[in-house]
Amino acid sequence: MELDPLLLSRIQFAFVVSFHALFPVFTIGLAAYIATLEGLLYRTDNPVYARLSRFWTRVFAVVFGMGVVSGIVMAFQFGSNWSEFSYRSANFLGPVLSYEVVTAFFLEATFLGVLLFGRDKVPRGVHLFAACMVALGTFISSFWILSANSWMQTPAGVEMRDGLLYVTSWTEAIFNASLWPRFFHMALASFLTAGFVVAGVSAWYLLRRRAPEMNRKALGMTVALLAVIAPAQLVVGDWHGLNTFENQPAKVAAMEGAWETKNGAPLLLFAIPDAAGETNHLEVGIPNLASLILTHELDGEVRGLKEWAPADRPPVGIVFWSFRVMVAIGVLMIVVAITGLIQRLRGRLFDSPRLLRVFTWMIPLPFAAVLAGWFVTDIGRQPYLIYGVLRTADGVTPSLTGGMALFSLVGFIAVYAVIFTAGLYYLLRLIQAGPESLEDTPDAADGRPKRPFSAVDTRLDEHAAPEGARG
Amino acid sequence: MELIDLTLIWIAIIGLGVFMYVLMDGFDLGVGILFPFAPDEPSRDIMMNTVAPVWDGNETWLVLGGAGLLAAFPLVYAVFLPALYIGVFLLLAGLIFRGVAFEFRFKANRSRYLWNWSFFGGSLVASFAQGAVVGAYIQGFETDGFTYVGGPLDWLTPFTVMTGLALVAGYTLLGATWLVLKTEGPLQSWAYAVARCMLGAVMLFFVIISVWTPLAEGRVMERWLGNMDWLWIFPLVTLAAAAWLWRAIENRREGVPFVATLVLFITFYVGLLISMWPLAVPPDHTFWDAASAPGSQLFLLIGVLFITPVILGYTAWTYWVFRGKVTVESSGYH
Ligand code: HDD
Ligand code: HEM
Ligand code: HEM
Repeated sequence: MELDPLLLSRIQFAFVVSFHALFPVFTIGLAAYIATLEGLLYRTDNPVYARLSRFWTRVFAVVFGMGVVSGIVMAFQFGSNWSEFSYRSANFLGPVLSYEVVTAFFLEATFLGVLLFGRDKVPRGVHLFAACMVALGTFISSFWILSANSWMQTPAGVEMRDGLLYVTSWTEAIFNASLWPRFFHMALASFLTAGFVVAGVSAWYLLRRRAPEMNRKALGMTVALLAVIAPAQLVVGDWHGLNTFENQPAKVAAMEGAWETKNGAPLLLFAIPDAAGETNHLEVGIPNLASLILTHELDGEVRGLKEWAPADRPPVGIVFWSFRVMVAIGVLMIVVAITGLIQRLRGRLFDSPRLLRVFTWMIPLPFAAVLAGWFVTDIGRQPYLIYGVLRTADGVTPSLTGGMALFSLVGFIAVYAVIFTAGLYYLLRLIQAGPESLEDTPDAADGRPKRPFSAVDTRLDEHAAPEGARG
Repeated sequence: MELIDLTLIWIAIIGLGVFMYVLMDGFDLGVGILFPFAPDEPSRDIMMNTVAPVWDGNETWLVLGGAGLLAAFPLVYAVFLPALYIGVFLLLAGLIFRGVAFEFRFKANRSRYLWNWSFFGGSLVASFAQGAVVGAYIQGFETDGFTYVGGPLDWLTPFTVMTGLALVAGYTLLGATWLVLKTEGPLQSWAYAVARCMLGAVMLFFVIISVWTPLAEGRVMERWLGNMDWLWIFPLVTLAAAAWLWRAIENRREGVPFVATLVLFITFYVGLLISMWPLAVPPDHTFWDAASAPGSQLFLLIGVLFITPVILGYTAWTYWVFRGKVTVESSGYH
C-alpha cells in the first residue's frame, strides 16, 4: 500500500495542533485568574490570595511549559509539511505570525521568568505587573493566531498573482469577517476552561476538607464567574454560527447534517450521516428550529450539501457530531454553573457533596469542547486550506514522501505520549500535594529571605516529608 | 520602494535575530550538554537555576527566526524545512525534552535522573541539529524553481555531521563560560577547566571547517582567494579573540571569558556570511530572489522597528533582576 503524504500530513497536523491547543486554552484563562489573584492580594493583603496564587502559579508553570514546547512545533509544521501553502500565503501569514512573536511571545516568555522566579527579587507591584503582562501576552497571542486562522476561513484583503497571494488591504485581511466572533468565542472558551478546572479542583479539596478557607474562596469566585460566562458563550456561539452561515454555508450544512436545501429546516438532535448515500439514518429532529436559529424565521432557507459537488463538501459525520458534542457540553456547563450559583446564594454550595462531585467531574469537559470546536471549524473548512482559494491537496510539501511523513507522525506521537503522561502525572501529584504545602511559608522568617518556600521542596513523586536543599 | 532596499534591512534583522538566538539559547543548550558531567547533584541544581528564569525568552528568538523567515524570505522557509525535514523533527524533539525538563525535574525525585538525561539529550540533539542546518546551508539545496526537489537525507553528509559536532563544541564553550560568570567555588573551577578544553576543541573545528569548506565548495574558495585581500582580517580577529579568551581563563577572570566567547562567535558568524553572501538558498537563489512582497516586508518592518527596542529593554531588565551568582541558597523557585 502506498503511504499518502497528504493524508499523513493532515493527521499529523491535526494531532500536533490539537495537542498544542489543549494547553493555551487553559493557560490563557489561568493567566488572567492569577493576575486577578495577584491584584486582589496587592489591594487587600489577604494571605488567602497569596496562597491561591502560589498554588495555581505552580500548576500554570507546568501547563505553560508544555504549551511552549508544543507551540514551537507548530511554528515549523507550516513549512515542513505545508510548504506550498506557506510559500503561497507567506505575504500575509508571515507578517501576522511574526507580529504574534514580537508582540506576544516575547512578552509572555520574558515576564514568565519574573512571575515564576522573581517573587522575592522584585517589589510586589512589579510582580503583579509581571503577572498582568503574561496574561496580556496570552490574549495578544490569541488575537494574532486567530486572525491567521480566521483569514483561512474567510479570506479577504488579498489577491492571487502567479500563484502567490499579495495583500491588498491589511485591515481587511487582519480584521476579516470571522475574526471577532472567533476571538470572543475562544476567549470565553479559555475562561470556561480555566474556571471549570479551578472550580473542580477546589471542589475536590473541599470534599476532602482540605484548606477549606481558600478553596471556598476559589470555588465561590469561579462559580459566580462561570454562571455569567457559560450563558454568554451560548450567545457568542450563536453569533459565530450566524457568521459562518453567511460566509461558509457548506460548513453549516455539514454541521446541521442538511443534505437538501429546505425552507423550515429541522434541528437534528441525532442522526447518522451517510456521505455515500447523501442522506441521514435514524434522524431525530425538532421541526423548523434550524431555520429559526440560523435565519431567525420559522421557514427561512437553509442550504443543503447537495448544492455543492461531492468534491467540494467537507466530511459530514465528524463535523456534525463534533458540533453536537461542543454544544451539549456548553449547555451542560450552563446548567451546572447556574445550579452552583443558586446553591451558593442559598449558602449550600460548599457542603453539598453531590454538587461538589459534579464539579470535579466537569474538569475534562471544557477540553473536549475546545477540541470538538476546532474540529468543526477546521474540518468543516475542507477541502480547502484557505477557503475558496487554496485546496488542502495543493498546499502539501511536494518533496514530502509517505515514509518521511509517517516517521515524523509516529515520532511526534511517541514524544507527546511521554511528555503528556509525565505532565499529567506531575500535575496530579502537584494537586495531591495540595495548597497546604504552601501554608507555612513565612517570608524571610528564617533569616534566609531568598528561599522562603522550603515547602516547595516537596518532591512530588514521593510521599517523603519536605526535605532541605533542592534546586 | 526604490529609495531604501527593504530586503537589505531584512537581511540585517534576520541576521541579528538568528545571532541573538545562537548566543542566548546557545549558552542554555551548552549548560544542558554539560549537565551529566557536573561534579555533583547540587551543582546540577545550580546549573539549571542559572538558566531557568531566562530560557523561555531565549528560545523565543528561534520562533522569531522561523516566523521572520516566513515573512521576509518565504523561499528560505519553504525550502529549508522540507529539505531538512528529518533534522527539523530531531531539533523539535530535542527542544521539547529539554524544555519540559525544567519544569518536571523540579518536581521529580525518584524519576529525577530521567529528566537530567532528558535535559542533556534534548540539548545535545538540538545543538547538533542546528549545527547540521548550518552545514546544509553551506552545502546548498537541490531546487527546481521555487520548490525543493532533493531527497529526505541529502542534508546528512560527513560535512554536516562535522558542523553539527562543531556547534555542539561551540555551545558547550558558551555554556561553560556562562557558568564561570554565574557560579562560584568548586563548580566555577570546574567550569574554568571545561572552558579551557572546549576552547581547544572549538579552535580545532574552526581550522578543519576553514580548510574543508573552500575545498568542498568552489564558490567559497573563490570568495576567500578572490581579489578582496582585506577579508583576511577576519580570521586574524578570530585568533585574537581566542587568545583573549585563553588569557582570561588563565587569569581566572569572571566576566571576560563569556564576553570573549561572544566575540569569538561573532567572528565565526561574520566569516560564514562572507562565505555565503549573497545566497539565501544556495546555489541558485539570492536573498533578493527569496524575498517576500515589498508591501509585506514594509508592514512588518514598521512594527519591528518600534517593538524590538522594547523587547530588548525588558529582556535586559530580566537579566538584571536575575543578576549575580546563583548558589544553593539563592535557588528560589515559584
Ligand atoms: C487561542 C490560542 C492559541 C492557538 C489557537 C494557538 N496558539 Fe500557540 N500559543 C498560545 C495560544 C494559541 C499561547 C497562549 O500564547 C501559548 C501557550 C503557551 C505559551 O507559551 O503561549 C502558545 C505558544 C506557542 C508557541 C511558543 C511561544 C513561546 O516560545 O513562548 C508557538 C511557536 C505557537 N504557540 C505557535 C502556534 C501556531 C503556529 C498555532 C496554529 C496552528 C498556534 N500556536 C495555535
Ligand atoms: C489550536 C486549536 C486548533 C485545533 C485543535 C485545530 C484542529 C485542526 C484539525 C482537526 C485539522 C484537520 C482537518 C482535516 O485535515 O480534516 C486542522 C487542519 C489545519 N488547521 Fe487547524 N486547528 C487549530 C487551530 C488552527 C490555527 C490557529 C491555524 C492557523 C493559523 C490552523 C490551521 C490549520 C492548517 C494549516 C491545517 C492543515 C491542513 C488541513 O488538514 O486542513 N489551525 N486543524
Ligand atoms: C453553548 C453553545 C455553543 C455554540 C452554539 C457554539 C458555536 C460554535 C460554532 C458555530 C463554531 C464554529 C464556527 C466556525 O467554524 O465557523 C464553534 C467553534 C468553536 N467552539 Fe463553540 N459553541 C458553543 C459552546 C462552546 C464551548 C462550551 C466551548 C469550549 C469551552 C467552545 C469552543 C469552541 C472552539 C475552541 C471553537 C473553534 C474556534 C472557533 O472557530 O471559534 N464552544 N462554536
